[in-house]
Amino acid sequence: MAELIVEEKGKKGGKRRAKKQSTRIDMTPMVDLMCLLITFFMLTTAFSKPKVMVITMPEKDKSEDPKNAPKISAERTLNILLTEKNEVFYYQGMADAKKLPLPQLIKTNFSKDGIRKVLLIRNRDLFTKIAEYREKRLKGLIVVADTTADNEIKKMKKEDKHGPIVLIKADNKAKYKDIVNIIDEMAICNVASYAIVDMSPVELDMLKTAPK
Amino acid sequence: MPKIKQPVRTPHIDMTPMVDLFSVLLIFLLLTTSFRPAEVAPIETPNSVSEKQAPDNDIMTILITKDSLVFFNIDNGKDTTTHFRSELLKKMAEQYKITFTPQEINKFGSFSAFGLPMKNIKAWLNAKDSKERDKLQTGIPSDSLDNQLAWWIRMARLTNPGAEVALKGDAETPYVVVKKVMDLLQENKVNKFNLVTNLTKEEVLMKDLPPK
Repeated sequence: MAELIVEEKGKKGGKRRAKKQSTRIDMTPMVDLMCLLITFFMLTTAFSKPKVMVITMPEKDKSEDPKNAPKISAERTLNILLTEKNEVFYYQGMADAKKLPLPQLIKTNFSKDGIRKVLLIRNRDLFTKIAEYREKRLKGLIVVADTTADNEIKKMKKEDKHGPIVLIKADNKAKYKDIVNIIDEMAICNVASYAIVDMSPVELDMLKTAPK
Repeated sequence: MPKIKQPVRTPHIDMTPMVDLFSVLLIFLLLTTSFRPAEVAPIETPNSVSEKQAPDNDIMTILITKDSLVFFNIDNGKDTTTHFRSELLKKMAEQYKITFTPQEINKFGSFSAFGLPMKNIKAWLNAKDSKERDKLQTGIPSDSLDNQLAWWIRMARLTNPGAEVALKGDAETPYVVVKKVMDLLQENKVNKFNLVTNLTKEEVLMKDLPPK
């Protein structure tokens, strides 16, 4: 500091003028910092909220009578069996130990060409209907609120009479992730009706002899 | 006549209003953010496409770790007049014939997720620091011999009947464990579950539909 003053003295040759000092503070760094902080907080608040996937299970009735169980046509039923190592097996119809031969299990996986393709092919009509509706909304041909659109899609799903009825069954080796994945797959493929049910002993046997 | 030289002025923008505005924003964001409380156990939730957000309050969360340990959490309700956690502990104390001091009950109200057998709760509440507290968190017993989780769920349902149930399971948790918890919840007339998931974008468009 002292050096600096000496230098100045030499330059100006003794004539000293009180320098007019501006009281203005440069706020740019402060603004920079604040921008950064605000961005940080905005991003963290928006993303820290966890997302949830809602599933509703049928009410458990203690006095359940097998005769009162809802009748579903075997043609529409698609059974998905989940087991270890991300493997997915599926078969159509019912597996009944009394009615031989048992349906053949088909092995697939969670990839794009795996179970999704199967579901899309079976659910083609409903999927097309919903996808077209969404596309029209996106293009602005239909202008409705989000809730109205959701209700409309719900109605479409309810009215659907051809799509598959998917029964999701997991054995003891399945991971929680598998169940979430498969329910997610239902949402992606717009499957109208699906349920998580227990695996029957017949199906467990079928899994044992399934193609590896 | 020599021209009067206009001094070259650098445009100076007054940043004070901007700083004011930013300060207000920053303070607002700082106050409204509720930081995620420290996790009791590392849980990596599975992915899904669901964009629904978990409710902020009136939510009962059951956490299940990779090692099948079960943790429980319930919030105090949306305003300060309700003290669901304290009420819950009082009910549980009655059930298990343990007496807690009012201080202990208040302390329990301010904590978040927990997972330990009833007999350790007192030690947990009186622990000196979080390290000691974490050591006691060994999961809530939920086997058929001593099903404390069932009591927690039942009492929580009685304390706050409007609370929604969220399940936060690790992707690698065996499904059997999750199913056991779900069955317990269904016995307590909870049929709607919010599965906590990570958001991933995945979409199937019309062009992705496999050809007929």
